[in-house]
Parts: sequence; C-alpha cells; structure tokens
Amino acid sequence: MKEKEKGRRDFMGMALGACAAVGGVGALYAAKRTWDPLPSVKAAGFTTIDLSAAQENVLNVEKWRGKPIFVLKKSADMKADERDIVIGSDRFHVSIGLCTHLGCIPAYEKEQHKFKCACHGGEFDASGHQIFGPPPSPLEIPPFKIDGTKLVLGETGPEYQKMLDAGLTV
Amino acid sequence: MAHFEKAKNLNEWLDQRLAVNTLKRVLNTEYWIPKDINFLWAMGMVLAATFGMLVLSGIFLLMYYKPDTNLAFDSVNYTIMSEVGYGWLWRHIHGVGASIVFLIIYIHMFTGIYYGSYKRGRELIWLSGMALFVAFSAEAFSGYMLPWGQMSYWAGMVITNLFSGGSLEAYGLVEWIRGDYVPGDAFLTRFFMLHVLLLPLVIIGLIVLHFGTLRIPHVNNQEGAEIDFKEAADLWKSGKKKESKVIPFSPVFLSKDVFVMGVYFILFFYLVFYNFNFAMDPVNFDPADGLKTPAHIYPEWYFLWSYEILRPFGKDAGLIAFGIAQAALFFLPFIDRSPNVAPAHKRGLFQVWFWVLLIDMIALTALGKLPPTDATFALLGKISAWTFLALGPILVIITMFEKKIEKGA
Repeated sequence: MKEKEKGRRDFMGMALGACAAVGGVGALYAAKRTWDPLPSVKAAGFTTIDLSAAQENVLNVEKWRGKPIFVLKKSADMKADERDIVIGSDRFHVSIGLCTHLGCIPAYEKEQHKFKCACHGGEFDASGHQIFGPPPSPLEIPPFKIDGTKLVLGETGPEYQKMLDAGLTV
Repeated sequence: MAHFEKAKNLNEWLDQRLAVNTLKRVLNTEYWIPKDINFLWAMGMVLAATFGMLVLSGIFLLMYYKPDTNLAFDSVNYTIMSEVGYGWLWRHIHGVGASIVFLIIYIHMFTGIYYGSYKRGRELIWLSGMALFVAFSAEAFSGYMLPWGQMSYWAGMVITNLFSGGSLEAYGLVEWIRGDYVPGDAFLTRFFMLHVLLLPLVIIGLIVLHFGTLRIPHVNNQEGAEIDFKEAADLWKSGKKKESKVIPFSPVFLSKDVFVMGVYFILFFYLVFYNFNFAMDPVNFDPADGLKTPAHIYPEWYFLWSYEILRPFGKDAGLIAFGIAQAALFFLPFIDRSPNVAPAHKRGLFQVWFWVLLIDMIALTALGKLPPTDATFALLGKISAWTFLALGPILVIITMFEKKIEKGA
C-alpha cells in the first residue's frame, strides 16, 4: 500500500473512532439520565408533620418519600441529645425509620426506650445512636425545617444545616 | 458457491442456501462425545430444556401481568391465578422452574468441579458458565420483584441498599438504581424490563457462547483422559464403533440426554402439580408495604449461601465478602495449580477440599434460612463464611503440591 493511501485510511479510522466515541458517550449519558428519578417523584418529596399533638414516649410513624419517619416525643427522663429537635420546651427524636445496615424497619420498645431491628439484630437508643449489632451509623435524620409546631420534611432549615455541618447525620 | 442447481427436494434447496447439511454434521452427527461420561453430563440439556419451559410459561404470564405497583399484586394473585384459564399452570411452571433451575445449575457446577472440567483448555467453558450463573441470578432476582409482595419489596430494599455501602451513598447510587427514594413504580417497571427483555437476551447470547466454547476443546470425561478426537472419530466412521472412544452427539448421546430429561420432567411436573408451594414464599402473598418489615427477611434457597456470607459482617465488610463470594468461583481455573485433569477421588487432598466446599455451602444454605437471633447459629454461620473465604487460598496451596498422576493404560 502506498504511504499516501495508508495515511488516508488512518485518518478515516480515527475520524470514525472519534465520531463513535462522541456518540457512545452521548448515548451513555442519555441512558444514565433515563434511570434518574423522575421530576414528579422528586417534587413529591415534601411532607409536613404537626408535632403539637405528639405524646411522650409514643412512637408515631409518618411517611416521607415512601420511607417511614420515626417521630418520638422524649419524656423528661430520657437523655437529651444534640440530635434532638427542640420545639419550645419539647424535645423530639425524628429520624428515617430504616436500619442503617440494610434498610429494614426497627420496632420501638417502649419500656427500654430503644429501637430493635429484627432482621439482623441491630439496636438503636431513643436518640437513634446504634448500640448493638451490625448497623454502621445512627438512624439518619431527614432534611427538615421547623415551621411553628410543624416540621417540613424535604426542606433544609437552619437547624438541620447545623446538624449536617456538625456531622450528626449524612 | 453462488452456483445453484435446481433442487430435488426441500433439504437440497435449503442446503444450497443455508448449508444445513454441514451445520447438521458440525453440530450433531459429527460432534463427538466421549463414551465414558455418566448421567451428570446430561445436566446441560436439562438446563436448556428448563430454560425453554421458563421462556414459554413466561410468555403466557406476560399476557396478563401488569407492571404497576397498584396492579401487579392482583394481576398475579387474582387475574392469573383465578381468572385466566390455566393461568395457574403457567405460574406454577414458572415458579417451580425458577427454583429447580438453580438446583440443576449447582449440580452442573459441582460436576464440573469434581471432574476438573474447568481446567486448562476448558477455562472458557467455565467462565462462560459462571457468567450464565450470574445472569440467571439477576434474572431470578428481577423476576422475584414482579409479584410485588412483601418479600419482593423488602428483598428489593435490602439488596439495593447494598449499593449504599462505603462512599457509594454520596453518589446517590441507590436512588439512581431505584429511580425513586424507595422501591416504587420506576423500580418495578425497570426490573420488569430487565426480567422480560434485556436479561433473557443476555442469557440466550451466553448460552450460545457456552455451547460454542465446548465445541472445540470437547467435553471432558469421567477419567479426564485425553482423547484424540480425530482418530477416534475416524474409527467410528469406518465402522469400528466398539474400538472408538467416542460417539456422535446425535442421535447416540442425545438419546441418553433425552432419557435423563424424561426422568427429570417426571420430577419437575410432580412438583408443578403437587408441590408447587415450596417455590412460593408465604410472605410474598402479602401485598408490598413500605411501612412494615416482615419479621425475618431471607432470600430464596438458592441465594441463602451467599446471603449467609454477607450476614455476619458489618455493612461494608459484608458487601466486600458478598462480592468475593459471588466472584470467587470465576477464578477456579486459575487458582487450581494442579497439572491433573482427573476426577476428585484420584486427586488426594483435592477430594477433601471438594467435599468441604460442598458441605460448607450446604451448611451456609441451612444457616442462612435461620433467624439471626440465636447466638450459636450466628457463630456457626460466621465460621462457615470464613471457611468459604479460606477455601480459595487453601486450594492454591494444596494444588501447588499436587503430584502429577501417572495415567494407567
């Protein structure tokens, strides 16, 4: 083959490769975006919870983004924690009710003030700290904003931002 | 080619255009199989036949199944089971087939390990087979999601949560896989797509590859003997069938395959008609509820061993151990350093290793089904998991010192 012809073929090969690479990256990006959560799913991600009717040491389970949310009004004998949400004189433990090990829902044991996950035996105290078993981290606190006695989940308020900065939740 | 004569019959017409006679020779009548193999070698065809049953029954289920979180549960448990004529039959064939196919896959795998059929020259057979195992696992898992019962939902939750291990959480990988914050509609529809289209295509492609990898190195035999296939085939073709060490795949070996398949299908349809419940988890007859966890989450029996390897460790270590367990068997041809292609009972320590592996996997399977609350069983599970992880390095060591077996006449 003549040198000139070889050069031409190399050029054609490289041009084809470049076009294919651009198209391939584009297609991959489109495929990735197709699997992203839909805007309607994301928009439905806000829930308002009224805390004024909560009773002490009674676990309320609300729903936010399809996940269970634990709302526990702490009684006076329960230890205060920097993860508590304070409204007036009341302290609340609010967390995503999914075990941080593999996502099962722990049950609340009223007398012992702790959450126990039946799946793999993980336990959390009333402030959501892991105290036994395989869970690697405390129960997560959902992004929240305090609005009077109401809690808006899905929105980041200053109190939540402070917890986030302090590394109390992820 | 490109010279065509008027064909005398359909076969000749097709032969001129498709070379059907050549294909038949290469794939059937002159595809040589050693005489010295037992019924365990029929498992490949048993698997192919079971896969066929799964595809067929799946097509019928597909006509009434609705991939929507509000409709899926009833479309399976009411429409297909009670309204569609013989819908129950397709569902029971599909459910039993999905479970029993793994039993046969495990027998097929352990046959290959026992007789050293993964060793030099046959590595690709083993690797493509392991790829098929992974594809079948994904197919089974995605199918398990579709009835949208409690176990479907929570199995989906637990398994996708594996992808939040380590720093993966920061990339939002779990939400991306689910298309939602929890398993929801997007999750169900994409697993539906995987189960009925993408993964079956992958499986069919891998089956073709798996068959292809077998054609050139030929199938192993009970003694691991090296056979000169050309010489043996010439003997057969010249009429010396007794002296030849091989038989043609079709019709001679196929008749044995068909006999084994006949026995197998008696068992299969006994299960389909009289004992389908073993493949139907009772918890999955409760509709999915994102606010209620079943008391005890466990996978189907064929995943229990790898689930039990995941369980005793913390989240990240568990993810790593689980990954190793899934991938470990891929490396078998490369960590077995022995020069021998021979059945395990002729290979000394390897035989011990083989039975320890088999018993350990059965122990993991049994322990994986138990709730995690009993301390003794949890400890046994931990020991079994560590045993499995240790068996890889042990194999390297024992096979490194394995002496070459002098083959008798």
